[in-house]
Amino acid sequence: MHHEKRSLGFYILAAFFALFVLFLYGPLSAILILSFQGPDGGLTFPLNGVSLHWFGNLFERQAVGDFGASFTRSLSLGLMVMVVTVVVSLLAGLAFRRRFKGASALFYLSVASLVVPSIIVSLGIGVVFQQLGLRPAWYSSAFGAHLTWTLPFGVLIMFAVFNRFSPAYEEAARDLGASSWQTFRHVLLPMIAPSLIGVGLFGFSLSYDEFARTLMTAGTYNTLPLEIYGMTTNVTTPVLYALGTVTTLFSFTIILLALAVIMILRRRSARMG
Amino acid sequence: MTAAIVEDEAQMEKPAKPAAERLGRLAAAAASYLQALPLTLILGFFFVLPILTIIIVSFWDYDFAGIYPDFMTMNYTDTLGSWVTWKTYLNTLRYAAIVWVLTLVIGFCVAYFLAFHVRTAAMQMVLFLVCTVPFLTSNIIRMISWIPVLGRNGLVNSTLVQAGIIPAPIEWLLYSDFAVVLAMVHLYTLFMVTPIFNTLMRIDRSLIEAARDAGASGWQTLWNVIIPLAKPGMAIGTIFVVTLVMADFSTVQVMSGGQSASVALMMKNQMSLLQYPAAAANAVVLLILVLLMVAGILRVVDIRKEL
Repeated sequence: MHHEKRSLGFYILAAFFALFVLFLYGPLSAILILSFQGPDGGLTFPLNGVSLHWFGNLFERQAVGDFGASFTRSLSLGLMVMVVTVVVSLLAGLAFRRRFKGASALFYLSVASLVVPSIIVSLGIGVVFQQLGLRPAWYSSAFGAHLTWTLPFGVLIMFAVFNRFSPAYEEAARDLGASSWQTFRHVLLPMIAPSLIGVGLFGFSLSYDEFARTLMTAGTYNTLPLEIYGMTTNVTTPVLYALGTVTTLFSFTIILLALAVIMILRRRSARMG
Repeated sequence: MTAAIVEDEAQMEKPAKPAAERLGRLAAAAASYLQALPLTLILGFFFVLPILTIIIVSFWDYDFAGIYPDFMTMNYTDTLGSWVTWKTYLNTLRYAAIVWVLTLVIGFCVAYFLAFHVRTAAMQMVLFLVCTVPFLTSNIIRMISWIPVLGRNGLVNSTLVQAGIIPAPIEWLLYSDFAVVLAMVHLYTLFMVTPIFNTLMRIDRSLIEAARDAGASGWQTLWNVIIPLAKPGMAIGTIFVVTLVMADFSTVQVMSGGQSASVALMMKNQMSLLQYPAAAANAVVLLILVLLMVAGILRVVDIRKEL
């Protein structure tokens, strides 16, 4: 079966797939190229010289507001969301391995949190904070709003992981006299570590790019996506593209880093097992 | 032999079992509740409480200065009695329908190619990641990136004009319904590819060989074997795409250049005018609509079995 001749269907679908990839990455590469626009260049092709002018412009306060500070806020928020998403999803995944009263309700609550329009969650949290007399801020209300989006993803991933996880390994460890903590730490955790990195990557990226849920909950200080959204209406120079290039490259770096860690963990467990 | 020993031990332990087992089961139940507690608390405070608050506030009164506890249905009658609201809902549903069909077809073709035509698992993984990576970058940046492509002096227009295919730039490429739909397909197709790919990978390949042995043509196999088995994946993808489009306001705002409306955009405008009760009434109507749609789709698929 493996050396069968390729059918016509293969070539059509392969061409379709190539077009799809072009569709995904083409526009992104357009702004990547245009961010190197010369100082007199505009928002569209052709390139009017090549320069780093707009990247320099990025760090001048008057051009784009406070890019550095909003980046720092988004980064810290992303890391906070990542840690909480990994820990809480892992715990919930462990809980779902046994039947308990309310398990179904909790599962469908997580699904609901995924499908309810984000702007409704944003409005709701905004009004709750207002009624409780609390001041919304990126580290409190926006943090919670992001968790309602990242946690369901994390819980569903852990649910899928444990669905395929054989309890035989843990039983073997227990039979060999391991305590339940030792079983968790030395048997379960190494085996699901790559999935946990995946959950962490999701948690960080979804939060770092989240926008609708932050809208009503960020308070006085903007996160980076809010800053960029504001720029789409009033910035008409390629500095917008420079910002896009910088944050996209940052996202790519994070993704590659996470993938590298997953590969290393997989290879190590393959060597040991 | 090991099995025999285990059995032996089990028999030896028998007299002590009831009390210990009951205690063990109690401890396990307690552990489950403790492990589920953080998730329950977070969703309780940041999801259930806000939704309940929205439902309550949707009956409140408001003016330019603030919102006041009350029980009146004016927010609903205002919203549902307005011709603009109905038009906006219809427009949003239209976006959802068009984007759903496009993402379903594109998503299925891409997933089918990955699952059945790519032969090595490593290549499959790499190509799948190529599709997934953009999903983990900023939606707004991905939207903005269409501007130099579709704009009046953008890549598409200047290429077509230079090639002499059209005399003047096409105006409706950007800031139009076309641009909104294109950007939504661009942003959301991944949500269709992933679940469909997941179900296609789990189809037992011997079923396809059996179909071929029984004389089915390629199309017959696709239509009678593969597509029915891929339905759960399509259903999950549909839930994602439909709920994302129904909730969208930024794509509609940026890509239509403010010329088109969606329900969420209408809500956002009410929110920026601090008309929270009016926005809340809209939120409740939208919420009911979305939950009905999801409930309808869930009749086709049991999510817990598909994970």
